[in-house]
Amino acid sequence: MRAYKAKDNVQAKAYYTDRFYKSPQVPKSPPESDEVFNSDLEAIKSKFEVLDSFIQVEQLVVFINPKDNYGVLELMRDELEYSQLSEMSAIDWVADRGGFEVFYQLLSMNKRKRIRIKMFIKDGDALNSVEKLFRSADWSEREMFDMFGIEALGHPFMKRILMPYDWSGHPLLKTYPLQGDEAASWYEVDKIYGKEAREEIGPENRDSSRVDRYDSDRFSRLGHEVPKGTKITGDEPEVVQPYQEEGGVFLVKKFHKDSTTIVDDPQR
Amino acid sequence: MAQHKVNYTQDGGLPVALTSIDKIVNWGRSNSLWALTYGLACCGIEMMASGASRYDFDRFGTIFRASPRQADVMIVAGTLTKKHAEFIKRLYDQMTEPRWVISMGSCANTGGMFNTYATVQGVDRVIPVDLYLPGCAPRPETLQYGVMLLQQKIRSKQASKAQKAKRLM
Repeated sequence: MRAYKAKDNVQAKAYYTDRFYKSPQVPKSPPESDEVFNSDLEAIKSKFEVLDSFIQVEQLVVFINPKDNYGVLELMRDELEYSQLSEMSAIDWVADRGGFEVFYQLLSMNKRKRIRIKMFIKDGDALNSVEKLFRSADWSEREMFDMFGIEALGHPFMKRILMPYDWSGHPLLKTYPLQGDEAASWYEVDKIYGKEAREEIGPENRDSSRVDRYDSDRFSRLGHEVPKGTKITGDEPEVVQPYQEEGGVFLVKKFHKDSTTIVDDPQR
Repeated sequence: MAQHKVNYTQDGGLPVALTSIDKIVNWGRSNSLWALTYGLACCGIEMMASGASRYDFDRFGTIFRASPRQADVMIVAGTLTKKHAEFIKRLYDQMTEPRWVISMGSCANTGGMFNTYATVQGVDRVIPVDLYLPGCAPRPETLQYGVMLLQQKIRSKQASKAQKAKRLM
């Protein structure tokens, strides 16, 4: 099992240390290259501030200010025929930029186009709920709150959706350890038996393939076999395990340097 | 008029079987193990297959029940999440004594490959387990064999004495 390392600075640190490595980028094209997208973008620009826009993988990406999210989505739904919110969530950039990127993925069935509305919000800031516009945002916003801790203002039931209500922490944050924090590892014990039961039940043994090298009852040490139940001290004699038994079933022919020939001619 | 006449000395002897209370109670218990329907994940599919016609658990007297109050054995088939842990304990407490638990598959045994914050690392952290079945997912034959092992275990225990209830702590 891999040892757990703190991932507080996982975003600030580059994954690749090769100084000549250039990470592949998805090519972007200007929004003017698509007629439908261009007119949609002009409609948004006429009413709201657009920070950035480009077409990527045949989808228009529009960056807006977070305070405009309800207005832009209302415009998209009512005037530009983007009738479906197929997905929305956030991307954790806390370590890098001190906040989250929230995206709304919209689909227009009439135009057969997809647009992604993106905005950047600071860590701790809340967002306007778009649940009134798109019913699918109801659960998506709850999930966003559950996983990232981003609250949606005006949501009718702003509670966790996947994790239990009394859970602590937001699991999709990059700083949240995959194997859970202290509260997570004792969650079910605390809840069912109470905190005083922690000692009796014991910590989670998360490595089911763990081999205890000092346990001769259940494990044998290959090459250093001892009888069952022997106390292991560390200086057990080595027992060589030949892979080819003398006179046994043939497995592998041993390589002898003397009986080989060196091929000089590559064209042989 | 029909004449019923049993010749006790000829037809295999007297229709009397001598046994002990332990044996006859355990015979009854082990041959009517009603299982609580507890499919939590993909192991549940194998459990359903075990109950269906090809493997046919009914012939063991193992009939799946939808209520813990009618069940003797809980087959935990699948991944137990931390959110669900309190409910498995509640259902276990609702089962009448004597009760048994089969932990089916890697996830129920140890958390399996879900070495994450949301998974209980083995149901034996929450309820006492009688039998662990390895596999991901175990074949219906494994579950079948597991039920037979549990039957053996039940038969090997005394029934007449008040059995000490299994407690995790």
